[in-house]
This record gives sequence, C-alpha cells and structure tokens, in this order.
Amino acid sequence: MGRFLLGRITGAGIVLLLKSFVIFALIGLMPGDPLDLMMNANPETTPEQMAHLRAMYGVDLPITQRYWTWLVAALQGDFGYSRIQHRPVLDIIIPALGNTLILTGAAFVLSTTLAVTLGTIAALKRGTWIDRIINLFAFAGISVPSFWLGLLMIYLFAVRLGWLPAGGMPRPEQGFGGMLAHLVMPVMTLVIVETGGLARYARAAMIEVLSQDYIRTARAKGLTDRRMLVRHALRNALIPVLTLVALQLGGLFSGAALTEAMFAWRGMGRLILEAILGNDYNLALVCLMFVTATILIANICADIAYTWLDPRISLGKRRR
Amino acid sequence: MSGTWHANSWLSGAGRVASLRGGRGTASCTDDQRPLRVATALTEPLLLGRALTVELGPAHDRTSVITGLDFSLAAGRTLGVVGESGCGKSMTALAIMGLAPSPHRIGGVLRFAGQDLLTMPQDRRRQLRGADMAMIFQEPMTALNPVVPVGVQIAEMLIVHDNASETAAWRGAVALLDRGGIADPARRARAYPDELSGGMRQRVMIAMAIACKPRLLIADEPTTALDVSVQAQILDLLLELQRDTGMAMVFISHNLGVVSAVADDIMVMYAGRALETGPAQRVLTAPAHPYTAGLIATLPDIGRRQKILPVIEGSPVNPRNRPPGCAFAPRCPRVIAECRTGLPAMVMVSPGQEAACIRCAA
Repeated sequence: MGRFLLGRITGAGIVLLLKSFVIFALIGLMPGDPLDLMMNANPETTPEQMAHLRAMYGVDLPITQRYWTWLVAALQGDFGYSRIQHRPVLDIIIPALGNTLILTGAAFVLSTTLAVTLGTIAALKRGTWIDRIINLFAFAGISVPSFWLGLLMIYLFAVRLGWLPAGGMPRPEQGFGGMLAHLVMPVMTLVIVETGGLARYARAAMIEVLSQDYIRTARAKGLTDRRMLVRHALRNALIPVLTLVALQLGGLFSGAALTEAMFAWRGMGRLILEAILGNDYNLALVCLMFVTATILIANICADIAYTWLDPRISLGKRRR
Repeated sequence: MSGTWHANSWLSGAGRVASLRGGRGTASCTDDQRPLRVATALTEPLLLGRALTVELGPAHDRTSVITGLDFSLAAGRTLGVVGESGCGKSMTALAIMGLAPSPHRIGGVLRFAGQDLLTMPQDRRRQLRGADMAMIFQEPMTALNPVVPVGVQIAEMLIVHDNASETAAWRGAVALLDRGGIADPARRARAYPDELSGGMRQRVMIAMAIACKPRLLIADEPTTALDVSVQAQILDLLLELQRDTGMAMVFISHNLGVVSAVADDIMVMYAGRALETGPAQRVLTAPAHPYTAGLIATLPDIGRRQKILPVIEGSPVNPRNRPPGCAFAPRCPRVIAECRTGLPAMVMVSPGQEAACIRCAA
C-alpha cells in the first residue's frame, strides 16, 4: 500500500509537471497578450515604449525560457501576480477554492447519497410505480439544463416568494444561517442535475447484484432483507458506482462554473472563466493546475476505495 | 416397506413405526436429544409434498414448471432427486425453501415439521430458512459473496438465528470450518472465496449450511462443479454430517451414479412431474419406467471401452408446450398409441416403488 501510494503520487507529480507546460504553452498561443490590452487602453503608447514594456515583462522571450522562469519561481512557492487584480495569485485562489468546496462538496455528498438511495429503492421495487417515479425524476434531472433550472429557481424562490437571496456570497456577519440561505439554490441545482445519471447507474448496478447467486444464498440463509441489502448487495453494487463517483469528485473544483456564474458564487469555476477571458496568464495557469491536481487526487482516492470495497483488487502487493 | 414414507402409508396411518426404523437408524439418535421432535416424527414425516404445483410468471402468463409432485422425507434419510436439466428438480428445491422466483403461484400441500409452509407468514418462513432448512448450491464460487470473508459469511448465520455475539459467532465459524474438514480453519476463516479452491469453497458452503443444525439440508448438485476426487470427499462429508446430526437430505443431481451413493429413496423427474419413485436400491436395479431405465443405461461403464456413449434420443420437452399424454412419449422406446392421449397415473410396481407409465400398469 505504501509503495503503491508513493508510485501513484510520483506519477501524479509528473503528470502535473507535463500539464503545467502544456497549459503554459496553450495560454501563450492564445491570441493577444497582456501588453496588447494595455496598448488598447492607451492608444498613445509608442512602439518603442511597447518594446521596452515587452522586454520588462519578459513577453519577448521564447516560450521555453518563459516557462523555465515560471517553473523555478513556482517551485519556490511564488506563483506570480494576477494581472487584473494586482494581487498574488494564491491570495485570490485560496478563498475561491474554499467557496467552491463548500458549494460542490455539499452538492456532491447530497447527490451521491440521494442517488445511491434512490437507485437502490428503484432496483428493489423494479417495475412498480415507485421505480417509474424515480426513473422519471432521474431522466428529468439528466435532461434539464442547469442554467434553466437555476433561473427558474431564482424566479420562484427569490423573485416571487422572496424566501432566498437571488445569488452572491453571504456576508461574514450573516453567519451560518446566511451561508445556508445562499447555498440552498445553487446546491439544489447541482444536486438535481448530478443525481439523475448516478441514480440510474446505481439502479442498474443494484439490479445486476440482486440477480447474483450469492444473494440467493443470502436469502437461503434466512437473513433479514435489511441485512441482505446492507451486508451483501450494497457493497457489491457500490463497486461499479464508485467509478462514476470518482469522476464527479474530480470535477469538484471546476464542474460548477455555470452554476457559480448564475448565482454569482465566488468560486473556482467563475475565477477560471474570468482569468481566461481577461488574459490573466498567471491566474488561469494556477487555477487549471489546481483542477488537474484534484482530478489526479480523486483518481488515487478511487483506487484506494476500490481495494476497501473489493478485496479481490490489491494494490501492488501479493495477498496471503 | 423399506422405510420409505409414501402417500398411502402416511394417509392411511399404516406403517409409521416401520418407516422410522430401517435405513441407517440415525433418527433415534437425534431424537434422544430433541424429544419434541419425536412427536412430530411420529405423526408425519419431516418434509411432505402432496400434489405440489409451481407456476411461474405473472397471472396473465403463467407457466407450470412443476405439476402434481408427491414426496415425503423422514429425519435422517436422503431423498435423491434425479432428472435432466430443466426437469424441475432445482425449482422443487427452491419451492421448499420458499425461494421460487417471483412472481409465482404454488399449489398443493407443502409441510415441514408439522407446519404448513405455504400459508406460513413470510417472516416465520425466513426464520425457518437457514435455521431449520438449509441449502447448498452447485457453484460455490458464485454462491459465496466475493467481497466478504468466508468466516464472516458463516458467522452471520449464528448471529441472525442464534443471537450469538460477534466474537462467539466468529469462534463458531472457525469450529464449523474445522468440522467441514478445512485445515487451518482460523486462518482460512479470514480468506475471501477467490482465495480458496473449489473443494474448499464447497466445504465452506456446507459449514455455512449446517451452522444452525438444520433438520433438512437441500443439496442442489453440490458436486457437479468439482473434480471427481473432490466429489467423493464432499459426498463423504455430507454423509458423515448426516450420520452425526440426523438431518434429512434432499440430494439433487442429474448424475444417477452420485445419487445412488447417497440416497435412500429416489424420485426421477421429467418435465415437472415425477415419473418414478421408490427405494434407491429398487429403482436402480429394477427400474420400472422406461425413462429411468434409459438414465441407467446411459451411465458409462468403467469396465468396458465404449466408442459411443449411450444416450436417450431427443431432448426434454419445453414446459410451455407439454404433449397431452405422457411427456416422455416422444422419446420413449416403448411408446404405444395410448401414451400420447392419456396422462399415466402413478401405479405401484413393487413394495414402495411407483411409476407413472401405462406399460407398467398394463
């Protein structure tokens, strides 16, 4: 296990390094650079001034050299300044990360729990009206675009009923209640959209497991339905579901850009969008690196969870 | 009477005492420890089926898979159920266990230890399963849960049925593995099914089935998936356990040779019906039904080199379109015109032996 983890973390480090160069190069390839924007803002800049500025910011150097400079600084913990906000990149990213994690984390926990529960119930009540209603809900969730759902909720709960704030971040003095009020709509939007697919998947996995011989054995043993379900069926059904959950976990920091934009939630999704649109090299680069890192970490977590759920899978070492 | 419970003897009340003797006489040994069970044994056999029918499928599209099955089984004895794939032997087992796939409808009489299984509340039926009647299956690899250590799967029986504590149940599981003939049981109890050999997995299944000292063990093709040498060991283990505990056994197999090694009585099934029943010795040496005779003829003889193995021509009928007369008629070497019109009734051909064949009745 220790060796496996070490190997995977080293691998993740290499992927991260390669990815940083690719992102750096891609951003370099984007049309225009920060100085073009500067020039647009002040049409009286002379070409000599421009050349001087380019040399000063290092934009005239070849991309490999620029990358090397960035990497050396980054490895020392200096990720540079945001061009737009004139603040160190990390000072901007860390609060955004926190905000996103609150939003997507809550949605993730809720949607996963809900999906597994609904999928299990649908599988157990297969073919009945309960199954049909759950399926209908799942398909509705899959089909409904999140921006439409979000707007509908804003109209209903914020504009019409006035129960909830239409968007934005809670002020610190509003405390936990304020946080909750601001979270309800974006979290609901994410949960409804994410639950459908996962619930369908959990249902299929559960139906598959319930037809297995060992479930017949469990029934022949005279186990209670509850024990059969929890001890024998659920654990086996969760193995395939875990793959999908791991993918969603990877999207925790980036997957909610649209929802964040709609509810003016100051999270990572929105930050990435703003950084790219504003040609904010340093900010976009580090944001995208964080997203990559999350996906890599989620994959490692999924591998560990697999061994925990399924003893037939062992990580790098021979079993007994 | 050779110790077989039959419809006539039970219904008329004759021959009860005679039936308790005979066989290996193991019934009395357990009856000493369980005085209550003597009473039930004296009034009726442990397991009793009368005109048992099983239909599968929803109400508008039912298929009859078992029709008019009569059987009875006393404590300490073994009923061998023989027939080709799809003849309804496994479905009979599942019906007894209360595990027939839903939706289904079961008719006739099915009684166990003096209780009516068919009208019993579901929860009472569940308590009976595992504790009083247990079952082992053909393929132990798939019948065991792949992600739970085998010791836990056995211990679970003691926790659910005997209210054992976790630690007591674990100790019990290790003891049961030892009883099942598994070496180093304390270590093996922590193993997962895929870490054990086929024979060991079946031993685990058996250990699990006997955990609560059931009075009836249903073994559905327990040796079919195993090597021949391991088959013999498993059969020996089952017989030894039966001798020690006095449990009754329903032993299902398509292999007449295996059944002959364990069964006191044999029921030959075809297309959801019994074609012949009787004491194992009698049925094997003097088969009355042409189908039984055919099955015996297809057993390969180790002393003789055979280029072509004997077969029964044709294939079993589909339960959905059974012929109007005897279901075996299309394949029967002794078929006559009457076979295709009337359904033959069970007739006694020798003491305790019955066959459903017009040719026997004539």
